[in-house]
Amino acid sequence: MNAPLPVTPVASPGPPLWLLAEVTYRCPLHCAFCYNPVDFARHDSELATEDWLRVLREARAAGSVQCGFSGGEPLMRDDLEILVAEAHRLGFYTNLLTSGVGLDARRAQALREAGLDHIQLSFQDSTRELNDFLSHTRTFDLKQRVAGLIKHNGWPMVMNCVIHRLNIDYVENIIDMAVELGAEYLELANSQYYSWALLNRDQLMPSRAQLERAERIVNECRQRLGDRIRIFFVVPDYYETRPKKCMNGWGEVFLTVTPDGTALPCHTARMLPGLDFPNVRDMDVKSIWYGSEGFSRYRGDAWMKDPCRSCPDKEKDRGGCRCQAWMLAGDPAAADPVCDKSPHHSKVVQVVEQASDPGWKGGAKPLIFRDLRRSRELGALEKSAADG
Amino acid sequence: MSRENIAEAAGPLAGACPKVSRRFRLQWEEAQQSWVLLYPEGMVRLNRSAGEILRRCDGTRTLETIVGELEQSFGASDLTADVSAFIDMARQQQWLEARAGRP
Ligand code: SF4
Ligand code: SF4
Repeated sequence: MNAPLPVTPVASPGPPLWLLAEVTYRCPLHCAFCYNPVDFARHDSELATEDWLRVLREARAAGSVQCGFSGGEPLMRDDLEILVAEAHRLGFYTNLLTSGVGLDARRAQALREAGLDHIQLSFQDSTRELNDFLSHTRTFDLKQRVAGLIKHNGWPMVMNCVIHRLNIDYVENIIDMAVELGAEYLELANSQYYSWALLNRDQLMPSRAQLERAERIVNECRQRLGDRIRIFFVVPDYYETRPKKCMNGWGEVFLTVTPDGTALPCHTARMLPGLDFPNVRDMDVKSIWYGSEGFSRYRGDAWMKDPCRSCPDKEKDRGGCRCQAWMLAGDPAAADPVCDKSPHHSKVVQVVEQASDPGWKGGAKPLIFRDLRRSRELGALEKSAADG
Repeated sequence: MSRENIAEAAGPLAGACPKVSRRFRLQWEEAQQSWVLLYPEGMVRLNRSAGEILRRCDGTRTLETIVGELEQSFGASDLTADVSAFIDMARQQQWLEARAGRP
């Protein structure tokens, strides 16, 4: 026997290891950074329980092993326990990504019995006023209660807080609260600028000074808290000069199924023009993964243009995010403008500079909170723009 | 290798029964033809030897037993140093419970 080699990173294109089941776009909250599509109201025909059960079975047979139930607020579906139980029976590791709204002692116990492995609880902020402001609903007390339920049921306590200009100055309060609630992991992820967050980018993008201060504080907290909590801090990619390897490679690891059954390589890919994404109502998961145009279009690097095509780093980041390329460069096959080799990088720099100007107050517009009415309006706008 | 030597090579963990941490789930994945460790939103794919060691870390086998079983099934000898090095590493990664159980 050779000396054991412990870790082989998951890298090579293979099965859809990660299934993200976005079971509903319904949500009682109104986050200004919501990652659901702006026109979510147009996609309101949800898969039935039997459809989801079939998707779970097909995905598992295709090699999926991590299953995330997200939304919207997944607890809005009253068959969530049934889906979790089936996923568990099939051998998935089951994750629930929730704001906690709708989780009471009874449902927590039912989910425990269904075999749920993990809950990731998202918090908007630690101070009640700001939390209410940012999520537009009185949820802070509830989240404290939900954190208690998570502990009580023996789940690992993983918290997530989306960070942006309006709460980034409070990272220390957020960390302290997470510790107080017994969190073992805390992810402080800066908002990514897609969907609703893109609409609100002027108000949400932190300044460089804010970001540097927050990073310093997070490091101090790590020192102070040691092993009590592991803190992850994700900076907004606008502040980088190289893009992330989006979704760990297009169609390489992640399979997202949206509430209406559309299968996507990432939850925002629906915005890309000229791509037909298959629906799980019409096609089985294996054919979707290995045989659909939507999933193969940006796999690997054959689709790349310069500067990516001739770049030594193209395997490292695969040219970044296709959606960001579309949104900022107007071409889904362009380099992600976060990259400083992109001819459109100045657009990213401009946003960062504007946000970092000491006189900048976040623009004149009010924040747009995610809600059904706004989604209908914005969806209609998008549609008429596309038609006209 | 005599039992004394095993105990020495395995250091303070000799006689203890390593056990996969309750924070991880070890399972065989047919599609990947390998053992994997699953944890919240993540996965570690194990190579063959790592998988063969970890699946025996069930809290009922001592290090000596694990080494014995592996030597037998791989037709090898002198695996003690390799196995305990791996177990040390696995402990550092927190894949194993911090305090080993006793038989
Ligand atoms: S980001 Fe906020 S509004 Fe959007 S689905 Fe999540 S909790 Fe609901
Ligand atoms: S040019 Fe393209 S491949 Fe190279 S670093 Fe930039 S985004 Fe990545």
